[in-house]
Parts: sequence; structure tokens; C-alpha cells
Amino acid sequence: MNTFWNTTMASNSSRPTSPHLQAYRLPLTGIISITHRMTGVMLSGGLLFFVYIISALAGGADSYAAMQDLLGFWLFRLVYWGFVYALFFHLCHGVRHLIWDTGKTFDRKTLDRYAMIELGCSLVLTLMTLIFV
Amino acid sequence: MDLRSPLATVRGLGSAKTGTTHWWMQRVSAVALVPLTLWLITFLDMSLNAPFADTLTWLTTPFNTVCIVAWIIVAFYHAALGLQVVIEDYIAAEGIKIIAVWAVNLSFLFLGLAALLAVFRTLTIG
Ligand code: HEM
Repeated sequence: MNTFWNTTMASNSSRPTSPHLQAYRLPLTGIISITHRMTGVMLSGGLLFFVYIISALAGGADSYAAMQDLLGFWLFRLVYWGFVYALFFHLCHGVRHLIWDTGKTFDRKTLDRYAMIELGCSLVLTLMTLIFV
Repeated sequence: MDLRSPLATVRGLGSAKTGTTHWWMQRVSAVALVPLTLWLITFLDMSLNAPFADTLTWLTTPFNTVCIVAWIIVAFYHAALGLQVVIEDYIAAEGIKIIAVWAVNLSFLFLGLAALLAVFRTLTIG
């Protein structure tokens, strides 16, 4: 493996390199792509909150009340709405990954249009949750 | 000069038959998570705002219990699969990489089991 890596990849300088992030401005799709990864990691951390919530419910009325008390604190409310928005954003871009997997919608114009659609959808879904749920 | 045959150099690096499984399961779990996530929002909202008895009664209906069990299995699996890819992308050192992947997989297995146990406990306190 290592010999393969050294001889094929590193020493062959004519290979295309990744865009240098300080010199190259990412297109919208690139920004959304890394955001999808970041929201995925953050949502995974958020699963700890989920385990806490369901365990508090299983613990009975007292631990449930203590949980509601704690998570009612404004900072945790903020984290909660961040989680909801991250979830909807990740979901919307996840759906686009599934569309991409069919091999379609890779041309420049469609990329930008779908990017705007998914940003709009994730915002609308979060607002709808805020208002209706 | 390498005296080993090309075949010998790739033996032990992994099966050629299961290479797409990880990627594929990430997609399968993603599809399942679309409806399950919309359901989850209701659960989270009730847990943070509704009285204890209401949330308990709601969650322990057969439909909602099945939903939360399914959500836990699929979401924790999806998270572990996803974090594994992130680790593999950013950690180059082979040893640390393997330990990190194992740690993530085991952590999410235990977290998921803890969540499932809690769900079963809600069925017995009602
Ligand atoms: C709590 C719920 C969720 C968690 C914790 C989570 C976590 C993650 C993580 C950590 C990744 C890896 C990111 C990367 O490789 O860049 C990922 C990837 C992915 N997620 Fe999720 N996710 C969740 C919900 C969803 C939902 C609802 C969808 C809906 C379609 C989805 C679709 C995807 C897809 C398609 C990928 C693969 C992206 C790629 O190949 O680059 N996820 N997720």
C-alpha cells in the first residue's frame, strides 16, 4: 500500500491537486457540501441529547420534569433549534445526494438551482416547525 | 524491486465483493430517515413541552413505539457509518484511524442500546 502511495501519488507532481482553500473560492455547491458534512457530525453529537431525553422519560415523572427544566434554559433552546435546522438542512441535501446517485443533475445551472431550492426548503421546514409544531 | 506477485500485494486488503456495502447502507438508512425524521420532530416537541403523562401515553401507542425503535436503529447506524467516512478522510495514520473507527462504532452501538433500553422501560412504567 505504502509503495503504491509513494510512487503513484506523491511524487507525480503533474496530477491535479485539490483546490487550495485559501486561494480558491468554493462554489455554492462546495459550501453546501462541507456544511452537509459538518451538520452530519453535529447531529451525531446531538444524538447524546436524544439519549438523555428518552432516558429521562423512562426514569419517571421526576426525572422528566428535571429534563424539561434543564432543556428549557435559553441556551439549550438555542441548541435545540440549531439541531432542528441542521437536521432539515442535512435532510434536504441528503435527498439531493440521492438524486445525484441516479447520475443526473450535475450540470452547472441545475447545481445552482437545486442549491437554492434546498436552502429554501430547509428554512421553510424549520419555520413551519417553529410555527405549527 | 518487489518480488511479490501483483495478487500477493493486494491480498488481505479487504474483500472485493463487499466494497459497496458501506456506501449502499448509508443510502438505505438515509431513505428510511426521511419519514422517520419528520416523525422525530413531533417526539422532540412533546418531550420538551408536553406534560409527562401526555408524552408517555403518546409514545407507548404501538405505532409510535415502532417509530421510535426504528428511528433509533436507523439513525445511530447512519451516524456511525457517516462518522466512519469522516474519520477515514481526515486521519491518515493507519493505527489511529482504525482505533477511531472502532471507538465510534462501539460508542454508537452502546448509545443506541441505551436508547432502546429506555424505550422498553417506558412500556413498563405506564
Ligand atoms: C439524526 C440524524 C442524522 C445524523 C446523525 C446523520 C449523520 C450523518 C453523517 C455523520 C454523515 C457523514 C457526512 C459525510 O460523510 O460528509 C452523513 C451522511 C449522509 N447523510 Fe446523514 N445524518 C442524519 C440524517 C439524515 C437524513 C434525514 C438524511 C436524508 C436523506 C441523510 C442523508 C445522508 C446522506 C445521503 C449522506 C451521505 C453523504 C455523502 O456521501 O457525502 N442523513 N449523515
